[in-house]
Amino acid sequence: MPAMLRKIAQRLGMLQHSFTGGIHPDMHKVSADMPIEDCEIATLLVLPMKQHIGENCIPLVTVGDRVLRGQKIARSEGYLSVPVHAPTSGHVVKIEEHAIAHPSGMGLPSIFIESDGLDESDDSLDPISDWLNTEATVLRERARTCGLAGLGGAVFPTFVKLVQDKRFPVETVILNGIECEPWLTNDHRLMVEHAAEILEGMAIIKHMVGAGSGIVAIEDNKPDAVAAMRQALALRDDMEGVSVLALPTRYPQGSEKQLIYTLTGREVPAGKLPMHIGVLCQNVATTKALYDAVVLGRPLTERIVTVSGDALVKPANLRVRLGTPMRSLFARQGLEDLSGIQIVHGGPMMGERLKGPDVPVVKASTGLLAMSAEAMGEAHSVEQPCIRCGHCSEACPISLVPNLLADQCRSDQFEKAEQYDLFDCIECGACSYVCPSNIPLVHYFRYGKGQVALQRREQLFAEASRKRSEAHENRLLREKEEKAARRSRVRKTHAPKTDEAKAELVKGTASEPAVEEDK
Amino acid sequence: MPLIMLSSPHAHGGDSIRVIMLTVILALLPAAGVSVYLFGWMALLLILTCMVTALLTEAACLKWMGRPVSALLDNSAALTGLFLALTLPAATPWWMAVLGSVLAIVLGKQVYGGLGYNIFNPALSARVILLISFPLHMTTSIIPMSALQPAIDLYDFSLCATLFFMGPEALSLGFDAISMASPLGHIKTEATLGVPVAEALAAYQYSYLDAFLGLEAGSIGETSALALLIGGIFLLARHSITWHIPFTYIVTVLVLAALFNGINPDQYASPMFHLFAGGLILCAFFMATDPVSSPVTPLGQILFGIGCGVLTWAIRTWGGYPEGAMFAVVLMNCAVPLIDHYCRPRVYGHGGRRA
Repeated sequence: MPAMLRKIAQRLGMLQHSFTGGIHPDMHKVSADMPIEDCEIATLLVLPMKQHIGENCIPLVTVGDRVLRGQKIARSEGYLSVPVHAPTSGHVVKIEEHAIAHPSGMGLPSIFIESDGLDESDDSLDPISDWLNTEATVLRERARTCGLAGLGGAVFPTFVKLVQDKRFPVETVILNGIECEPWLTNDHRLMVEHAAEILEGMAIIKHMVGAGSGIVAIEDNKPDAVAAMRQALALRDDMEGVSVLALPTRYPQGSEKQLIYTLTGREVPAGKLPMHIGVLCQNVATTKALYDAVVLGRPLTERIVTVSGDALVKPANLRVRLGTPMRSLFARQGLEDLSGIQIVHGGPMMGERLKGPDVPVVKASTGLLAMSAEAMGEAHSVEQPCIRCGHCSEACPISLVPNLLADQCRSDQFEKAEQYDLFDCIECGACSYVCPSNIPLVHYFRYGKGQVALQRREQLFAEASRKRSEAHENRLLREKEEKAARRSRVRKTHAPKTDEAKAELVKGTASEPAVEEDK
Repeated sequence: MPLIMLSSPHAHGGDSIRVIMLTVILALLPAAGVSVYLFGWMALLLILTCMVTALLTEAACLKWMGRPVSALLDNSAALTGLFLALTLPAATPWWMAVLGSVLAIVLGKQVYGGLGYNIFNPALSARVILLISFPLHMTTSIIPMSALQPAIDLYDFSLCATLFFMGPEALSLGFDAISMASPLGHIKTEATLGVPVAEALAAYQYSYLDAFLGLEAGSIGETSALALLIGGIFLLARHSITWHIPFTYIVTVLVLAALFNGINPDQYASPMFHLFAGGLILCAFFMATDPVSSPVTPLGQILFGIGCGVLTWAIRTWGGYPEGAMFAVVLMNCAVPLIDHYCRPRVYGHGGRRA
């Protein structure tokens, strides 16, 4: 009973906490030792108007405008949004819809920039080297202006999290350098090569949220990253209470909730944020981007992308300008003919499979994988009946019972599925990975979540329609009453009527069906 | 052509139903080997008849329902046949084995919609039907080759084939002449006559070591605790099963037996006797852990194991049949959906346990 013994040992403080479930997929980190290379700037860059979770951006430029690298070309709209910047200097040649990295192949309004090869920068943002004496709100605005969003792949606008809330003071800042997805090594290389900048970024975050302690968490399959971060930490004298920890390699260790539990032994309550238990999690690449934004005054215009996969001979970690067409990255790594090759955006466990390579690199592009059908699990694509082996519940890092939940989603029993905590699923894919019956469990959960969201929207819509129609009927009634009152007043001058007769009149008109459509 | 899934994950661990079922078949090989050692050709004929019939029946069902017959390759029907054979005594005639195998596949599995949808363990439900229909055949065993005086030479193929296909009459032998009761059956009979357990066992020349090694009468696959434990440990090591059901099942039987044996040793058999007797170990490691008909959640599996333990001991002790393990498992199978519903683990981020 190892699981039970482990739990007891953890309770007694004899053992480090570790999240339940999880899996050990083949890691395929073939690009782990490949230094980050600068990728050539493409001649045509495509910038979708949404590269984060939240609202679409509004273009600030028009066709023909010359733009400089780092110039804001689209402003954020609404609270949950961050602007988009030109990744190099050049001219705006088009603003129209273009396919984005989405499994459906759907498009978004995008700005097309033709590079002029000069790569001139817009230096209007001042570096804030003395960030320690700068107010947190100013730094927060800087993170927003520079278009920062979570570069671990979730692309949640970073400034939203960098907030001091007196009710929920952040005690611990966690830097997520876990990178538990197979194939991906972009965060790994970043930690090895830019440890000092990442730590400075962490210091900025600690200053902004007023946190006392910090942890840099790295999976123990990246000893060189651990060493580099520890070395950089030893060189700083302002990082008391900060440590670099190597955690056992297990997927999905890098998931925020699982990481927080492993490090603190505390769970983020359902429907709450890490902030509510005094924790802030940031990806290492985002932290480096914050350093660039604050200390160098550089908006987010590039990111590290791991280009890899079993169909690619020359894997690499590339520093790529946002908007670069993915096809050119494959071509750069010697893969011109993409027929019969599957393209995955992100890691294989949670990434999206793309319809084609003609989509631009965005802020979420952690990796770009060229995979053969075999590596994609083609042999396991035929769904078979569930034999209730329970491997999915053992693998689930949040203790759901995936096979029961999938049955409920498949048979549209959404109320029951919600009761079985459908919405707590983090879609890590561990259940589908271990399923001997090849059931696409996560797919069913997404379907269920989508259907419930749709039902809720329809309910809201129906509620709004009901209220509107009630208001409409009330107004008609009121108008008729008023009309009747006016008429009776007119009549009164000729032949006075009794109150009963007046009431009868009102009642009679009120029961008439209201068929008019409200405008 | 299968619809290619666009949804993540885009990787698979490589596990398959076929391999899971094959693992269980491999784990049963030591027990099957012991059965062949004890009962010679009778055991082999029985195992082959059951497996072939189960496969043919499954193929017919799949064909009739318009499903791909290639589903046979998932090994589940072969496993059901092997399971059933191992729960049958060596004196089972061929037609009973065929009937049982057909019942296991048709009534035990396919009527519910095929693999994964059955409520009961298919092999055990067929075994229960056979037991109720043919109690004499199902509770007596041929005298094994390990006995001091085997009635007939079970390693003689023609003799065994005649016995299996034509019955003892063809050898002009009475059924009583070649058969003996299992230890459980023996003490059950003696108990009704008021004989204390210890005396009954002494008269049977019962030895714990023989029981552990399996050198005694019983259903062909259930006799050897040693062979079954080897298979069970293999399954645990391969992660085909978890400890929850076998451990709680066996411990429950041991605790109940120890308790009552302590109170009145004349009336209640000892825990060691219960452990090695009948189908307890076979049921605990192989039957109760059948994934389809057992709970999914760890807590559910623990409750399921305890339930099986209580029922097994109670039926053995107070029931009309000498052995209760298969009834216990089949009865607990009914409770699985309910157990699963109430034993869901606490989900991350949700405070206290739910009801």
